[in-house]
Amino acid sequence: MRVTPRLVVYGLFMLALAMVPTLAQVLAEPFLVTLFTRMIILAVAAVSLNLILGYGGMVSFGHAVYLGIGGYTVGILAEHGTTNGFVQWPLAIGISALYATVVGAICLRTRGVYFIMITLAFAQLVYFVGVGLYAYGGDDGLTIYTRSDFAGLIRMSHKPSFYYLCFAILCIEILIIHRIVHSRFGLVIRASKSNDRRANAIGIPTFRYRLAAFVIAGSFCGLAGAMLATQADYISPAVMHWTRSGDLIVSVVLGGMGSLFGPAVGTIVFLLLEEVLSSLTEYWQLVFGPMLLLLVLFAKRGIDGLLPGGDRG
Amino acid sequence: MLLLIEQSLNGLQFGLLLFLLAAGLTLVFGIMDLVNLAHGSLYMMGAYFAATFITWTDSFVLGAVLALGAAFLLGVAIELVAVRTLYARDHLDHVLATFGLLLFFNELVRLVWGPAGRTIQLPGILNTSVELLPGLSYPTYRLVVILVGGLVAFGLYWLVARTRTGMRIRAGASDREMVGALGIDIRKLYTLVFGLGAVLAALAGIMAAPITTVSIGMGERILIVAFVVIVIGGIGSIRGAFVAALMVGMIDTVGRAFLPEILRGFMSVPAANTLAPALASMLVYILMALILFLRPQGLFPARSG
Amino acid sequence: MNTRLLATAMAFALAAVPAAAQQKVKIGFLNTATGPQAAIGQDFRRSADLAVEHLGGKMGDLAIEMIYEDDGFKPDVGKQKTEKMIESDKVNFLTGYLWSNILLASYKPAIDSETYIISANAGPSQIAGEQCSPYFFSTSWQNDQTPMAMGEVLNQKGVKKLYVIAPNYPAGRDMVAGVKRTYKGEVIGEDMTKWPDQLDFAAELSKAKAAKADAIFTFFPGAHGVQFITQYAQAGLKDTVPLYTTYTIDALSLPLIKDLALGIPGTQFWVNDLPNEANKKFVGDFKKKYGTYPSFYGAQAYDAIMLIDSAVRAVKGDLKNKAAIGAALKKAEFNSVRGSYKYGNNNFPIQNFYLQTVVKDAEGMLTLKNEGAVLKDHQDTYAAKCPMK
Repeated sequence: MRVTPRLVVYGLFMLALAMVPTLAQVLAEPFLVTLFTRMIILAVAAVSLNLILGYGGMVSFGHAVYLGIGGYTVGILAEHGTTNGFVQWPLAIGISALYATVVGAICLRTRGVYFIMITLAFAQLVYFVGVGLYAYGGDDGLTIYTRSDFAGLIRMSHKPSFYYLCFAILCIEILIIHRIVHSRFGLVIRASKSNDRRANAIGIPTFRYRLAAFVIAGSFCGLAGAMLATQADYISPAVMHWTRSGDLIVSVVLGGMGSLFGPAVGTIVFLLLEEVLSSLTEYWQLVFGPMLLLLVLFAKRGIDGLLPGGDRG
Repeated sequence: MLLLIEQSLNGLQFGLLLFLLAAGLTLVFGIMDLVNLAHGSLYMMGAYFAATFITWTDSFVLGAVLALGAAFLLGVAIELVAVRTLYARDHLDHVLATFGLLLFFNELVRLVWGPAGRTIQLPGILNTSVELLPGLSYPTYRLVVILVGGLVAFGLYWLVARTRTGMRIRAGASDREMVGALGIDIRKLYTLVFGLGAVLAALAGIMAAPITTVSIGMGERILIVAFVVIVIGGIGSIRGAFVAALMVGMIDTVGRAFLPEILRGFMSVPAANTLAPALASMLVYILMALILFLRPQGLFPARSG
Repeated sequence: MNTRLLATAMAFALAAVPAAAQQKVKIGFLNTATGPQAAIGQDFRRSADLAVEHLGGKMGDLAIEMIYEDDGFKPDVGKQKTEKMIESDKVNFLTGYLWSNILLASYKPAIDSETYIISANAGPSQIAGEQCSPYFFSTSWQNDQTPMAMGEVLNQKGVKKLYVIAPNYPAGRDMVAGVKRTYKGEVIGEDMTKWPDQLDFAAELSKAKAAKADAIFTFFPGAHGVQFITQYAQAGLKDTVPLYTTYTIDALSLPLIKDLALGIPGTQFWVNDLPNEANKKFVGDFKKKYGTYPSFYGAQAYDAIMLIDSAVRAVKGDLKNKAAIGAALKKAEFNSVRGSYKYGNNNFPIQNFYLQTVVKDAEGMLTLKNEGAVLKDHQDTYAAKCPMK
């Protein structure tokens, strides 16, 4: 990785994120930690979506489902008295991976707009399963009264500690995705995005690679779901609503598809924009809607595309 | 038996309503290759226009006709201002940009018409039910919906298969460059088709309004189902949309009506009561996943590749 | 619009304002101001504003600062706004809370921070039962109570065969369970509809008609109620199978349902025309100011502000004394628009429930009329599960 001005900007951005708890203390605004914890968790989800959307060209319109799967895994286990994080979180990842394998195997048979729609349909399916989970609150959701416990290694209820845990997960995720994208595996994914038929013709079974990417993305997002449920002490089907999948896509595109840090920046800018606009006017979506349109028309590569210098990634 | 007939009518009515919405969606997709999430907004705008015009004119029919005209103009305006620039882009851009339009229109409606929603009062004669068979009475207005839906389906078939405009539309769908080369103004054709799609969406909204009332976000709820319809039918195929709309309408209605009883046959009553509504809401999506698994291009693929 | 900018990244740039010495009472009000349910939110907020106005902007010697936040009808957003109001605005009281899921998401941070939370609408059974807390109070009701009153009404009317149609979400299920608790006849059919997507009830109404029921019981809040009653009338059932409702017809839905609602009964803890002074002032001034009747949501929000006022005055503005505030809230010594009520061990009201019906007022405007109490000093059934004494 060459040091470019772009990389410096992203470095400063990550540094700023690392400073949030300190800053919150200096400013006596503990709410900043709460706010940014949620942003970082959603950034983990957006970065995972970027692997398939940005690098792989798979427009999944059902990515928010994993937030629900991960969250419900933690919530349901906690409801039955299993609060050991070493059980909860790996299981959240595992179940998400399993779901991604089954659904991916079906969805990846389709292309283009059919893929968008079938991922949406599966998301709706799981959403209604959530609404129908009457034993676990159904539409009312499930309150998690005891947080995950990692053998006492991390104080989960201590907000700055939990923040740093989430931040570390985000950093590790970005690192792993960097490694994936620049491996042979990543090459195939990107090749299949630009021309799947040709990649197949030269003898690469792209389906397997695409499915693997789909599963990795789903697993990371499932982890984000476990984190989100822990942060909120609560999980409900609302996080799986199709507009939430839309929000994730917006975050990725806003930050810059196929850029390593872009989606994380995009998520934070998106959520800040939402906060600021909604505090200015109740009719903020009247402004936000056309902004999306302008983004698509004039800033296709998102924030990443506006930054100076260097090749991408 | 009477109940079965009545539920079939309910399914038919819902299916035809879905068809009105899906036809516009699939037309726009088939010809311009555009995924339009804002189609539901046009459905909503049609209903709001109708609510206003019906109050002004004090006539259901006149108000509805005016609303259709307004929806056409709105559709043309959207096409000229925003959508036109999207044709050259990929599907992801369409999804994002029209998602933005959807948010915009929801807020616009709240600003202009307020948050409370509207109702459309039917003329007294439509607000009752008629006896179709001894012991089977059915709401008059729902019969009107069935009639209108059937007529529009026939009209669309005639338009696309039998008229000159329809020929151009079909030609535009199969080879856009060639049509342009033959001297047909493809841009004008696109604007026209988008306007037509808007009218169909608005018509669906107006027909649904007296049953489901007029409210913000009314478009999104039904839009997802309309997408399911066009995907099952094969995107771009009007015939596919028609078959799929009736299938979805029937399955949804029949599922809601009979699933609890069926499940009670082989499980405890409380378990059936819990499972049935959840399963009924999933049926449509299960159907779609199944069909795409077997035929990744839908039932009637409009074009190959 | 918010009374002040949010603490966001903006806070990076702005100098932090230290929490000023306590000169005012800060009340955080969580509302639904955007999205399809915004109409209820509007009524909710208008009533809270009216209560502040009636108090002259003061509780005892303290000025009232209302902080309105919008949950956008999303539980996690509601929870985050709640935390923002606790941590950043340092509110003394939280109120508002229209929806069960949003209250459940926000409940833990409020209780953990020992901030008094007065729900002006949502009252899920968990909070009425095992998870009750001394920091939680309700100015509404528990879901079971209103349908239990309706069950009694059905018995009195001699309904033998009842058909039940309600949406498939927890409140819908609570309503169905509630009516079954007191109704003594036979429930011959029960349909739970898809929530909130399903707006067309043709299949369910057809079944109810075919089942030859004596009556239909239903619960469809907000816009769904308008749709249900319109379709019920269109199906020609109004003359053959009477409809009994809870939370389906209210001051918000009446202008939309119009004459189709005439004569359809419901049960409620409060009606527009309850003959007490506080209520006359509330309903009269609301109508003067906004041109419509307030809804029961509004009545609850108005009462929530008045309840807080009674506690603030009882402790003479000493907001640090949380134990005394709790004790004062528990007494409910204020003029509620529903008439006086007591709090049960779970901090839910023990109150009357009335039969209401739709009539036209002197000006021809549709409104709800009280037809007498069905249940008196009624306590919800979950109170027994609450460990508090």
